[in-house]
Amino acid sequence: MQVRKLPVSLIRRWALFAAAVAILASCEAPIPDNFHLKAVNERKPTPDFNLKDATGANVKLSDYRGKVVLLNFWATWCGPCKVEIPWFMDFERTYKDRNFAVLGVSMDEDGWDAVKPYVEEKKMNYRVVLGNDQVSTLFGNVDSLPTTIVIDREGRIASMHVGLVAKATYQKEIEKLLEAPKDGPKTGAVRDSGGEFALLRSH
Amino acid sequence: MLFAILAASSLCFAPTNVFAQTSVLLMPKPEPVAAKAGTTVEVKLPLQLREGYHMNTNMPPDPYLIPLRLTWDSGPISAEVVYPKPELHKVEFSAAPLPVFSGRFELLTRFKVPASVQPGLVNIPGKLRYQACNDRMCLPPKTVELTLPVSVSR
Repeated sequence: MQVRKLPVSLIRRWALFAAAVAILASCEAPIPDNFHLKAVNERKPTPDFNLKDATGANVKLSDYRGKVVLLNFWATWCGPCKVEIPWFMDFERTYKDRNFAVLGVSMDEDGWDAVKPYVEEKKMNYRVVLGNDQVSTLFGNVDSLPTTIVIDREGRIASMHVGLVAKATYQKEIEKLLEAPKDGPKTGAVRDSGGEFALLRSH
Repeated sequence: MLFAILAASSLCFAPTNVFAQTSVLLMPKPEPVAAKAGTTVEVKLPLQLREGYHMNTNMPPDPYLIPLRLTWDSGPISAEVVYPKPELHKVEFSAAPLPVFSGRFELLTRFKVPASVQPGLVNIPGKLRYQACNDRMCLPPKTVELTLPVSVSR
């Protein structure tokens, strides 16, 4: 029986292909880009809260009306949250003059004793408030961290991400919302209480 | 079909005699243990984490991470907990791989029963504190309470 020899170039190509497959298989899954802004008519009003920041000042979410807000639920013990913090600091620096703000809601059980040193150590440049169970319930029982909500200028939830997503996802969503024309004054009031948020968790 | 797959996967994560089941952790009810006064007895506590999740070791390298902690309120009986060797896990937030526990593993406790302990049943309460994450998100820290029945004899 005659065995036909494969051309060297073909063998090389297969070897390269096999190596590429092996490398891809060994790679970690990339952080997903889940860019997804809800259509304006599908956005629900954000529930309002009144929480204290590190200085003891009251912070109401409704005070941010007119701004695009990135609302981030996080904790000092949450590793993936640690990845996002430098991104959010970057967003705060880049977009703060365009009616944008980052607001961090820490869900640490140990309160400011745990949070203050962390905020100082990481030199976090955006406002951080201390969350509680009531606020978690208001936003559909925030359990997994990070959970990040991007709010449009009219105080409506434009997107919600549970878990770590790509920096580009947030960047695209923020820019899209900053570029969007302002709605009339009648739409999108900030509500006092929530309840529909279980339905809004799309990710 | 999807329902069948989901049902099968939930069965894989739910052995019988489950004492504590949170969304990601399974822990069977501790079996009664027999111990002679004046001796040391070893008790293994098997744990199983849902696939894709890990928990910090008893000595995480980052002080902000919440360590796994098994504690026993054993009174005159001293308890020494031995944690298994961790595995190294590559995570986005740390340049160095993070030592973690995942999958099935056991925590061993050595109970030293003094000779002065009276024979009879001693229920030793314990607490398991842990905090679990996967590569994309973390769940809040949890404390599971457990009781180990120890039958002490002469």
